[in-house]
Amino acid sequence: MVYILATTISTYLISRIISNIQIKQADYFKNNKGTIDKEDLKKYKANMKSQQKRWMATCLLINFGILAVLKYTDFSISNINFVIHLFNPEREFSYLNLAIPLGISFYTFQSMGYLIDIYREKYSYEKNIFKFGLFISYFPQLIQGPISRFDDLKKTMFEEHSYNQRSISLGFQRVLWGFFKKLVIADRLLVAVKTIVGSPDEYTGVYVLLGMLFYGIELYTDFSGGIDITIGISEMLGINLKENFNRPFFSKSIAEYWRRWHITLGTWFKDYMFYPISISKPVLKLAKKSRERFGNSFGKRVPVYISTIVIWFTTGIWHGAAWNFAVWGLLNAVIILASHECTPLYTRFHTKFHVEHTFSFRLFQVARTFWLMAFLRTFDLYRGVGTTFKMYGSVFGDFNVSELFNGGLLNLGLSVADYIIIVLSVTVLVTVSLLQRSGGVRERLMKKPVAVRYCTNFVLFLSILIFGAYGVGYNASQFIYSQF
Amino acid sequence: MKKKIIINLAVFLIIIVILALVQNLLMPKYMSSIFEGNLVEEYYNNEKDNDVIFIGDCEVYSNISPITLWENYGITSFIRGSAEQLIWQSYYLLEETLTYEKPEVVVFNVLSMKSSEPHKEAFNRLTLDRMKLSKSKIGAINASMLEDEEFITYLFPILRYHSRWNELTGEDFKYLLSKEKKSHNGFLMRSDVKPVSYVPEGKKLPDYRFSENCYNYLDRITKLCKDNNIKLILMKAPSVYPYWYEEWDQQMVEYAKENDLTYINFLDYVDEIGIDHNTDTYDGGLHLNLAGAEKLTKYFGEILSKNFNLEDRRADENLKKIWNKKIDFYNDMKQHQQEELEEYGYLKSYGAVKPEEGK
Repeated sequence: MVYILATTISTYLISRIISNIQIKQADYFKNNKGTIDKEDLKKYKANMKSQQKRWMATCLLINFGILAVLKYTDFSISNINFVIHLFNPEREFSYLNLAIPLGISFYTFQSMGYLIDIYREKYSYEKNIFKFGLFISYFPQLIQGPISRFDDLKKTMFEEHSYNQRSISLGFQRVLWGFFKKLVIADRLLVAVKTIVGSPDEYTGVYVLLGMLFYGIELYTDFSGGIDITIGISEMLGINLKENFNRPFFSKSIAEYWRRWHITLGTWFKDYMFYPISISKPVLKLAKKSRERFGNSFGKRVPVYISTIVIWFTTGIWHGAAWNFAVWGLLNAVIILASHECTPLYTRFHTKFHVEHTFSFRLFQVARTFWLMAFLRTFDLYRGVGTTFKMYGSVFGDFNVSELFNGGLLNLGLSVADYIIIVLSVTVLVTVSLLQRSGGVRERLMKKPVAVRYCTNFVLFLSILIFGAYGVGYNASQFIYSQF
Repeated sequence: MKKKIIINLAVFLIIIVILALVQNLLMPKYMSSIFEGNLVEEYYNNEKDNDVIFIGDCEVYSNISPITLWENYGITSFIRGSAEQLIWQSYYLLEETLTYEKPEVVVFNVLSMKSSEPHKEAFNRLTLDRMKLSKSKIGAINASMLEDEEFITYLFPILRYHSRWNELTGEDFKYLLSKEKKSHNGFLMRSDVKPVSYVPEGKKLPDYRFSENCYNYLDRITKLCKDNNIKLILMKAPSVYPYWYEEWDQQMVEYAKENDLTYINFLDYVDEIGIDHNTDTYDGGLHLNLAGAEKLTKYFGEILSKNFNLEDRRADENLKKIWNKKIDFYNDMKQHQQEELEEYGYLKSYGAVKPEEGK
């Protein structure tokens, strides 16, 4: 509570100061139009910009500072201890075990996005601190996003809302769909994922692949299910939030996958980190020098490479203060850059073989992206760089599919009935995703007779109630992304 | 507009009915085992004109036979017992019972005074799941829940039993709408015999004093009876174990004296009652079997009719009609159990009678 209050107050006050400087500057220009020479104007403008920059830097420092201290202190201590142990195994710093406030990564990014937008004069600052506080602390999205922009949320959040039966129905359906994904699929798969990950020495080879497959589906249904609930609740309240997913498992490349998965985080990094880093003075200077020294082709790549590596490293540690997340982030950067470098090769291949638009090739691309991402996600799954590489090794050295069907599948904490439920519900999920390609399923459902709508909602509700993996026997976890 | 309201109301009702059916389908039926799960529920279908209400744990529903009490003394009674019934559950069951009827006498078996905390969810479920929704049920749930249990799962048991969907058997569908009667006014009949071979000595306890919590509920039971002008009897059944310590007995003697109540420890009258530990128990002394229960009931009935002036109502034609049916059901089950014992040497179905007789 204290932290979110600190972020709200500091961001509100500093964005107000920055806005006032901007107003003062505009007034100055207006009042001195034609009477002041160009040089003085430039000087004045630079002075004003520098003041704004200083305030913005202060606010960024305070808020990212809070985030860094709370989230990364113990991670830093563990790294320092690792180095100290090399020289003296007896000595080490003790850990602080600081409590991390709920959704700190989400509200910090959201408020800092707002601050940067104010600095960039994208829109004017919110005068009412309570409205601004609501934007930062809007509970449904505080837990795991989406990371909203003020200009998107402002209108829908603060406008007068009248009772809207349609919005309530649509929102309720979305909430049900979210719970279906979370409770019927994600939390059921969680049991098997935990078993596989819990005994890495026992579950090697084909089980690692199974773990990757299950974790991919679990993570997607857990996270997107949570987002569905958030968006659904908001819709019922008349607030429209940005979509955070766009059927990412249908992506044909990793770059595309990241445009369709956790969209609001991706666009945040793109708008507030990738572009500013790419066009920052030091990077442009380095690019210029590289061009002079290594040629044009190399030099023009420098800003893209630096920005990509920096944002993916940051994305990695945003997900968790551990090296496995950092390696995961960097490997994403490597694959995206490698894929970018190979584009001419792909183009030549497509021109020669004309397979680009065939169904089987697209299916291959989708499967390739899914498994590539599943391999990367293994760092998150096993939460250790060493273990992950060991598990990779076992996939190639200790692979026996028949193990699964000789009772192995039933040793993972799931019964035959559970597998049937998983297969059926994933089939429903894929079908709905395919239908979504030609428009919203809920909107189409709204056009159907009331009886069909009621029945669909009720069947969904009953499925959750009966087949949901909750209560005694299940240790229903909280949403995975709420810990980030 | 009116039409729309009616349609919405109809849809709402249909949804509620379907949900209730699904919930009932998923809840355990206790028709072929763990008959204790039916005891609390069977009271609701019974006529509410009882002279005596028994409350307590297995020491009442195994050891007292209301049919014997009627046949020998014309006393109507019902046992609101359940497995491992805790004293606060006894209190709330009594409170609920008093909303239906006002008996002359309430008998509370004091063994549960030894349990100051709930121990197992399974026992809570046997007592609370089928209790009708009331203020008493809410009180019983709140008093009984273990730390990791959730209140809402008692109000909507589907939230607890939903994962039984893959364990459903023919029994769940067969008894979806109506169940067979398994008890005789709350008495669970067992005709088999397992003699007492060994009576374990009670281990030394660090503290023999019953907990404040138990005393608090015992006070509430006493007050509830006094407020309703009901005579309260405290009893300890003649089960040889769990061990009933002298120190515990003394506390009950003192409590009864202080509150002007009758306390009968039947362990002191085993010979007088005529209980033979070789023939009158089905589990080595933990519970009495049918023969033992009938002996104890006859002995207790004498006390009830003489000392508590309970009228012999066997001349009442209406009651006679009702109780004759109960006697038939009782005798049928007794016979079935005998047949099973002769055929198999043990109770296979615990004398389950044909459905039409059991309803």
